[in-house]
Amino acid sequence: MKKVLEGSQAVAEAVRLAKVQVISAYPITPQTHIVEILSDYVATGRMNAKYLRVESEHSCMAALIGAQSAGVRTFTATCSQGLALMHELLHWAAGARLPIVMGEVNRALAPGWNIWCDQTDSLAQRDTGWMQLYCEDSQEVLDATILAYRLAERVNLPTMVVLDAFYLSHTYEPVDVPEQEEVDRFLPPYKPAFTLDPGHPYSLSPLVTPNAYMEMRHDIALAMEDALAIFDEVEGEFARIMGRRYGAVEEIDTDDADVIFVTSGAVTSTVRLVLEELRSRGEKVGALKIKLFRPFPTEAVRRALSKGRKAVVVDRNYSFGASGIFAQEVRAALCNAPGHPPVFGYIAGLGGRDITTQMLSHIYFEVKESEAPLRESVWVGRQEVNRAT
Amino acid sequence: MQLEAMDRELMCSGHVGCPGCGATIAMRFALKTLGEKTIMVLPACCWSVIAGPFPQSSLKIPVIHTAFETGGATASGVRAALDMRGDEETTVVVWAGDGGTFDIGFQALSGAVERNENFIYICYDNEAYMNTGIQRSSSTPYGAWTTTTSGSDWKKLRKKNIVEALVAHRIPYAATANIAYPEDLVRKVRKARETKGSRFLHIYASCPTGWRIPAEMSVRIARMAVQTNIFPLYEVENGIDYTINVKPREYLVREYFKLQGRFRHLSEEDLDQIQGMVNEDWERLLRKAGERA
Repeated sequence: MKKVLEGSQAVAEAVRLAKVQVISAYPITPQTHIVEILSDYVATGRMNAKYLRVESEHSCMAALIGAQSAGVRTFTATCSQGLALMHELLHWAAGARLPIVMGEVNRALAPGWNIWCDQTDSLAQRDTGWMQLYCEDSQEVLDATILAYRLAERVNLPTMVVLDAFYLSHTYEPVDVPEQEEVDRFLPPYKPAFTLDPGHPYSLSPLVTPNAYMEMRHDIALAMEDALAIFDEVEGEFARIMGRRYGAVEEIDTDDADVIFVTSGAVTSTVRLVLEELRSRGEKVGALKIKLFRPFPTEAVRRALSKGRKAVVVDRNYSFGASGIFAQEVRAALCNAPGHPPVFGYIAGLGGRDITTQMLSHIYFEVKESEAPLRESVWVGRQEVNRAT
Repeated sequence: MQLEAMDRELMCSGHVGCPGCGATIAMRFALKTLGEKTIMVLPACCWSVIAGPFPQSSLKIPVIHTAFETGGATASGVRAALDMRGDEETTVVVWAGDGGTFDIGFQALSGAVERNENFIYICYDNEAYMNTGIQRSSSTPYGAWTTTTSGSDWKKLRKKNIVEALVAHRIPYAATANIAYPEDLVRKVRKARETKGSRFLHIYASCPTGWRIPAEMSVRIARMAVQTNIFPLYEVENGIDYTINVKPREYLVREYFKLQGRFRHLSEEDLDQIQGMVNEDWERLLRKAGERA
């Protein structure tokens, strides 16, 4: 049924439809709408779940690790400082092979205090062993959240569904909300691979010596590799029931493109507009939207970008001392592909600054007219200020 | 000893605790009383190692090892999941050291008991970070040497009174126990098991390695901690009703301190001062219990 929903509501609807049994959350802007709605669903009986009102994000993730280990489906949502506080336990959740699902609203990290959109928070967790799905609109947010449970429970790794602060979390859009029966067909009840059970006593996550640790890590590495194919399978199952599929990456007008934008999240919609305008003027430009960031779809990225003469990554994030993080990943994916195109890196929209169509057109013509990147990262839409000394 | 479950053995020999380890004695008696329908949450502490490395375990109950500061939170999640699965019979127990309780895990513990989460939290207290090699915690007593309070820099601050901090949360049941008083310990574990809501047990667990005492003195020194009023045995219901369980013979603290290498540097004046502190704490406890000195 079509409904007009905020991105936050889309997450909450998906969590309700996924029949999550334990929710734990701590308030942080702009994630709070998600957990307020879920709290209401639990209080009014629309969901049969326990809601743990914990005293920090760290305890939130710890509680979910406990609950998932005891055999139930779980959910939390957070952003920014809250996600950073969870960091230790993000590693733990993945190492313990727990298919926890999280809604992550991309918000800038302090200081200065900034509640607006920026991807550095979730990208800084890229080495934790969580799968990460970046969404473009609220429909994708809802679909990705339902899909995340199937994916996580197939792979036995936790999954983060990432949405832009305000651009998605607080923006109303028409969203097709599936029927419970449809979701039930796609997502069977959770069957844990192992659980805390006095009838079958196991020790979970005990001391592990050098004799076994490396094999355990390798097992996670293999699971992440398998996840690429499983993602496709699960998306196929989803598409058969819901009629929608997105792909780990989406190629937009890449076949004859000279310049290919690489995007993630809501800015992809802005790039689509810019592509329409530029294409109408005869410009050979395309885009590659990266939805699945972990595991990174290296082959698909290589295949798509090798069609163009130049790739340009728009990063709403930055790794100090290096470059935009998607740009790093794209460069790493291409470097062993012979004759790969040069990768231009642009930093835009940090801390909630708008990324406009004008800005993206400007980037396009700058790249079109350059033979090779002069710098690893070009910051656009920046005001001139005196440097702090 | 009239104890219904003393034949039950849920802790195996072959654990890797040090000789004379008080924490293993505490675990053994606690498990005898808790029984098989128990899930244990084990944040980082000596017992993370004592239980044995993968794939071995010296515990015959399901255990979830978890990060240092997460005992209260992880147990909240385990309990919530069991409730959702309709399992009200299984007892969830956190088994944490003093570092994981008094220091790094205090926030998660306070948060959990404020929510009156339905589990037992047991802190076995060996008065320092023993697993990492004897560093001071906020449970380390006044006067003690540790590797981070060494030489003339021995700890000159009081031990945090963890039971009173928990009592301030008005939880249904909080109590102290001691490995040298197993009947009292077992009774309290049983009482905790039969109570609903947040329950807290603070068990004195001597550490020959960290306290610089011979292994065979472990239980004797634990007994002296009670007899000198250094570690009184008492319980508090609903944050209000105090009961003192053992009226000690009131040995001088000097006798307790003299036996332990960790207090070797203390002067007679220091010991007099400590005696004054212990007397003051004991009198405060008596007043709370409505008794006279």
